[in-house]
Amino acid sequence: MTPEGVQKIAEADSPIPPLPPGSTYATVSDTISSIVLGQRRRPGWFIGFAFSFLLVLLLFASISYLFVKGVGIWGVNIPIAWGFAIVNFVWWIGIGHAGTLISAILLLLHQRWRTSINRFAEAMTLFAVSCAALFPVLHLGRPWLFYWLFPYYPNYMKVWPQFRSPLVWDVFAVSTYATVSLLFWYVGLIPDLATLRDRAKSRTKQIIYGIMAMGWRGSAIHWSRYEIASLLLAGLATPLVISVHTIVSYDFTIAILPGWHSTIFPPYFVAGAVYSGFAMVLTLAIPLRKFYHLEEFITPKHLENCAKVMLATGMIVAYGYVMETFMAFYSGNVFDKYMILNRMFGPYWWVYSAVILCNVLLPQALWSRRVRRNIYGLFALSLIINIGMWLERFMIVVVSLSRDFTPSAWGMYMPTRWDWAILAGSFGLFASLFYLFIRYLPAISIFEMRHELAEEKKEI
Amino acid sequence: MPQIFHPSANTISRFSIYGCAIIVAVLSFALYEIGQSPYYTRQNLPQPQPVPFSHRHHAAELGIDCRYCHDTVETSAFAGIPSTQTCMTCHSQIWTNSPMLKPVRDSYETGRSISWTRVNALPDFAYFNHSIHVAKGIGCTTCHGAIGTMTLTWQATTMQMSWCLGCHREPEKYVRPRDQVFNINYRPPPNQMALGRKLVREYKIQSLTSCDTCHR
Repeated sequence: MTPEGVQKIAEADSPIPPLPPGSTYATVSDTISSIVLGQRRRPGWFIGFAFSFLLVLLLFASISYLFVKGVGIWGVNIPIAWGFAIVNFVWWIGIGHAGTLISAILLLLHQRWRTSINRFAEAMTLFAVSCAALFPVLHLGRPWLFYWLFPYYPNYMKVWPQFRSPLVWDVFAVSTYATVSLLFWYVGLIPDLATLRDRAKSRTKQIIYGIMAMGWRGSAIHWSRYEIASLLLAGLATPLVISVHTIVSYDFTIAILPGWHSTIFPPYFVAGAVYSGFAMVLTLAIPLRKFYHLEEFITPKHLENCAKVMLATGMIVAYGYVMETFMAFYSGNVFDKYMILNRMFGPYWWVYSAVILCNVLLPQALWSRRVRRNIYGLFALSLIINIGMWLERFMIVVVSLSRDFTPSAWGMYMPTRWDWAILAGSFGLFASLFYLFIRYLPAISIFEMRHELAEEKKEI
Repeated sequence: MPQIFHPSANTISRFSIYGCAIIVAVLSFALYEIGQSPYYTRQNLPQPQPVPFSHRHHAAELGIDCRYCHDTVETSAFAGIPSTQTCMTCHSQIWTNSPMLKPVRDSYETGRSISWTRVNALPDFAYFNHSIHVAKGIGCTTCHGAIGTMTLTWQATTMQMSWCLGCHREPEKYVRPRDQVFNINYRPPPNQMALGRKLVREYKIQSLTSCDTCHR
């Protein structure tokens, strides 16, 4: 099956709608770059950004208080030594995977519907990874010693980090992911930054975008190098989609705790990551296209394709739930059996029910084409799935810790106001970065849309 | 379309890219060296004391054994700072009116201890036990330096973890016969490695590089 054959099957029922008639390279560039270069400013942006920035200030205040007082201000204790910090870390990292899948994997699979969504999806990945990377540092007892996690040599202790620990593997996985994502996103931005530099009216904008565009001329040599770089980076980023969340899942699987020590975790986590990531892509894409009038670029067909990926990964996650339950009983291990019964009927039964409802039952509506084409339905489902996936991480981390082998070691988790503050603050950080991204950088890849237009013209 | 940047932008960009890389390398090196320096480790910095006690006079010139004052070194984790009574065993009869020794006499009369400034201190997360080191053939001067030359006392080594590991990973380089532990003039013999290996076996030196040996 050639890539073109795959393409044709994908477009069989309804192909991606072409750009409106009368579109030219100029109109495509105008529509997208005018959001940045100021002709189409929206007051709603300022209100949204102000609110997000307030949450960022809350985040800074919470972090400062955390550094002064220590992790005791959170609800973590024995037996639940990992709380919101790790739940948030896993959740945010998971969200990032969709952006890389769209940018890298769909590029290598020649899926044209990625074109209008890949820029802001990759931005979403970068901001999600930034939010995620905070938490492993914050949850340390002495966060100012975070640099000990990196194997730098020489050091005053003449010891390496514990390479047998998945917590150290996380360091490599997340930093590789952040670096490659940043490079991939930035390299893809260069031709668009050059477009902005050439269209900018003020001298300041010309200089700033000019420096960022690194002298891009749009010559054949530049495009040739760009294509090679883009394919190389896509090739580098593709295995990361699978490997990064696999490594994160090893944080749990390496332990012997029932509910954690499960070989299904790597594929189940990766599927869950893509699931919540695409949900976040939809949560961002739907308001973006509405408020900035980008409907001609991000069409209902694009949203429908995202919904299909969501449905597929949701089914894999559901399979994961079923298998965990089956294996718990099939194993005959009394601790594993109890773990599943505790999840379903113990003090956190409401978390399990919410997870099944939000991640398995409600998203079944996506089988219906009408729901997949309904913008409001998709938006609501994307929010529900995001909440459900956060609760699923909570279920994995907290519920398994709350009741392990010996009943004398059981306990409950009480999140404190600082736990909630840092969670809310991380949303604020993500949203602020995204608002800044929309304001100052092209939210859709301009040159790739022009390429789309060229492809359509060729087909006609 | 007119050029936005002057041709010098080419030079500036190259200079700044290489320059940034070099600056990062230089800064890292500088930070590392500062962390090794006496500014941070307090190595070789004589510490001011309430009484200018001279180890050179008492330990080297007079030949008083370390254990006369640091009396719990063979039995306890802490070597022991002498009480004022220990000083007064001699100074009730020698230099009885010396102005330098007035704080000692005042302490003896009032019963309030002299506030010595601590010279060798490890952080609380590192557990150190003097008695086991002394019992297994590590001499005082191996870690505390040429104490017989110090008129005011200073910390002779960096006391960083890497320094401790230097011996813990290779004790045969530093171990000495038990009867030489308190000899402040001891020099390692030319056959230290052979002697060291023999002593490590004989004194059963073991379990040195497990994390929880020191981080309990």
